[in-house]
Amino acid sequence: MEKTVMDGGQALIKCLEAEGVEYIFGYSGGSVIPIFDAMITAPSNIKFVLVRHEQGAAHMADGYARATGKPAVTLVTSGPGATNVITGIMTAHMDSVPMVILTGQSVSWMIGKDAFQEADIFGITMPVVKHSYLLKSPNDIPRTVREAFHIATTGRPGPVLIDIPKDVSAGSFTADLHAEMDIPGYKLHSGKIDLAKVKEIAEAISKSQRPVILAGHGVLISGGHKELRALAEKLNAPVTTTLLGKGAFPETHKLSLGWLGMHGTAYANKAMCECDLLLNIGSRFDDRIIGDPKFFCKEATVIHVDIDPAEIGKMIRPQIHCIADAKLFIEELSKHVGKLNTGEWLKTLDGWKQKYPLKFKRQGNLKMQHVIDEFYKLSNGKAVVVTDVGQHQMWAAQFYKTDAPNNFLSSGGAGTMGFGVPAAIGAQFGRPKDTVIAFCGDGGFQMTEFELATAALHKLPIKFVVLNNHYLGMVRQWQELFYDDRTCGVDLEGNPDFVKLADAYGIKGFNLRRPGDVKRIVKAALAYNKGPCLINCEVEKTDNVFPMIPAGKRIEAMIIEAPKAGSKKLEKPTGST
Amino acid sequence: MINAKPIHTLSVYVTNKPGVLARIAQTFSRRGYNIESLVVSPAIDGNFSRMTIGVSGEADGLDQIIRQVSKLIDVLRCVDHTYDDAVVKEMGLIKVAVSAEERGEALQIAEHFGCKTVDLTDTSMILQAVGDPAKIDALVEMIEKFKIIELVRTGKVLLARGAETT
Ligand SMILES: Cc1ncc(C[n+]2csc(CCOP(=O)(O)OP(=O)(O)O)c2C)c(N)n1
Ligand SMILES: [Mg+2]
Repeated sequence: MEKTVMDGGQALIKCLEAEGVEYIFGYSGGSVIPIFDAMITAPSNIKFVLVRHEQGAAHMADGYARATGKPAVTLVTSGPGATNVITGIMTAHMDSVPMVILTGQSVSWMIGKDAFQEADIFGITMPVVKHSYLLKSPNDIPRTVREAFHIATTGRPGPVLIDIPKDVSAGSFTADLHAEMDIPGYKLHSGKIDLAKVKEIAEAISKSQRPVILAGHGVLISGGHKELRALAEKLNAPVTTTLLGKGAFPETHKLSLGWLGMHGTAYANKAMCECDLLLNIGSRFDDRIIGDPKFFCKEATVIHVDIDPAEIGKMIRPQIHCIADAKLFIEELSKHVGKLNTGEWLKTLDGWKQKYPLKFKRQGNLKMQHVIDEFYKLSNGKAVVVTDVGQHQMWAAQFYKTDAPNNFLSSGGAGTMGFGVPAAIGAQFGRPKDTVIAFCGDGGFQMTEFELATAALHKLPIKFVVLNNHYLGMVRQWQELFYDDRTCGVDLEGNPDFVKLADAYGIKGFNLRRPGDVKRIVKAALAYNKGPCLINCEVEKTDNVFPMIPAGKRIEAMIIEAPKAGSKKLEKPTGST
Repeated sequence: MINAKPIHTLSVYVTNKPGVLARIAQTFSRRGYNIESLVVSPAIDGNFSRMTIGVSGEADGLDQIIRQVSKLIDVLRCVDHTYDDAVVKEMGLIKVAVSAEERGEALQIAEHFGCKTVDLTDTSMILQAVGDPAKIDALVEMIEKFKIIELVRTGKVLLARGAETT
């Protein structure tokens, strides 16, 4: 690209365009006016989406990235604008989502002097970014933007923040728009697979009679879902995924055990206790899936394959590990293995599937599961499902089976309430042709509900399903089970009339109360395409999610069904939160 | 210095960018590892710096944290040299309260440890000790029979021997 007279803001827009950025989700303010101005004076194909709160902008970029695999950009002003995106950055960081966050900053010479709307966002966000920059000169923009996108999207992806002082975005740019990267410390995996390791793993697998493949988010990030399916079929080995791995292997496949962990299927969890070999590809052994690490898979040969060396041995020490891209690893491993003698094992697993199915009652008060199940059926399992955090999230994951990659978007590592609404908006921007369904609790919905304005303005045909139990249900469940039902701080009295609220935004609303109406209303909501619609579902107030492994307890302590009234008091969980 | 948990000596080679020290310090402190000593100096190529860090904490798990530090974009490498045959040196300055009568004995101890006297007054002296950290520990222990007014140590610096890289 040639040298031209422009300012930092214009150079920034040009560089973002060169990175293929389609959307910027953001909010304006004093320190970013030069960048907003550049969106007009340096015309590009980038579309700007004005949100209603900066947290929304961050989750939209996150939802866009999870749904498309491409990075999106968040642009916010300094000080409070910047601090409002921290939850969104942390959420993306926990789940390895590529994102570039641009924050305005006070003019350089005022930094550190408590200038108006100055926040040390570079310092504040350090523990929750993959990397970050504080720009010093307009001429650093091309190199920094290139590096930021490269770092955000390669290896183990993650959010990268660029803090841009106003004098940098307003100052004159005199360098070349094309700059070389200079990140000698960025240790990207070469892509070469350690053949000896693969052979060692193949050897261990060949000896296994009760293997389980555990597929994590890493399989989806690497795009290795097809290869995984081929591998599982070749081995005739069962596959379970993590919550974030949903879609890495078709959940309707006969070798699928569904997802595992705290509220995962009983058969996937039981398989962890009984397998003789666990092949973990691209999962970080989150505490939500291993329970008590001292007892996790103690009898099995544990193999851990991850692109991030720092994950090896962090939670579980594997017998064999391999640092590799999931897809490349699976491709290579497939060449060295053959069909295993797993007949007996699969029979045992099928027995558990029969004995401990995921189930709910269609009679009595309306159940969240019933609504989710109907959406699953009537959308043919093909929708992009976005969830908020709580009981509804777990049931959405249980009853909306995921067969294809990037179709189940949920805040896993962070468990961020308020994720659902904006992430669904980001997902719909990225996947305009697909049906997007957001399953939200009445609590989490109200944390970012204001983004309905954004959805309405852009006529995004998202189905916002408010699973309204009038409680912070997941916390109430813990209080009921582990604190003698002493509920405190979980009653959501004062909820608004959600259909009226939707109406205020010009959004079509449905009320759903009776099990007999589920089919009709879900059908109508799916058929409604003029813009967003909201379905307020008045559901059973005090239902609980099972199976459940109490946090920090060994998997064997899994509670498969609701304990009978008057049964033994449950011990308090000991794990993280 | 007596410490229940062993102190590990790490050498970290980093790009000389703002924030790199804060990122490294955070990585250790978040996991409960305490930085006992820290020396930062520019490398031959001024774009890079070398840090020698003494950390105390459980040995079990430290390897994982080292990988976490290595993962930082501004870190080129982080190596635990605790059990390597490396040259490890430190400098200490010790201000001791000594009267004219005590001075002779104090100087004798200083000489034994190869110290220089870099400041001398009627009531005090400053000893400069350079060398093996354990030797400085021993010196401090000996000189403690007088009143130590102030003491400062640089913390260890380290280079791998011969063909090894640090
Ligand atoms: C931002 C945030 N605050 C608090 C929590 C703790 N928390 C986890 S689940 C939950 C209840 C969610 O209630 P609701 O959105 O109504 O969903 P439900 O569990 O009832 O389906 C709470 C408060 C959280 N995950 N995120
Ligand atoms: Mg609720």
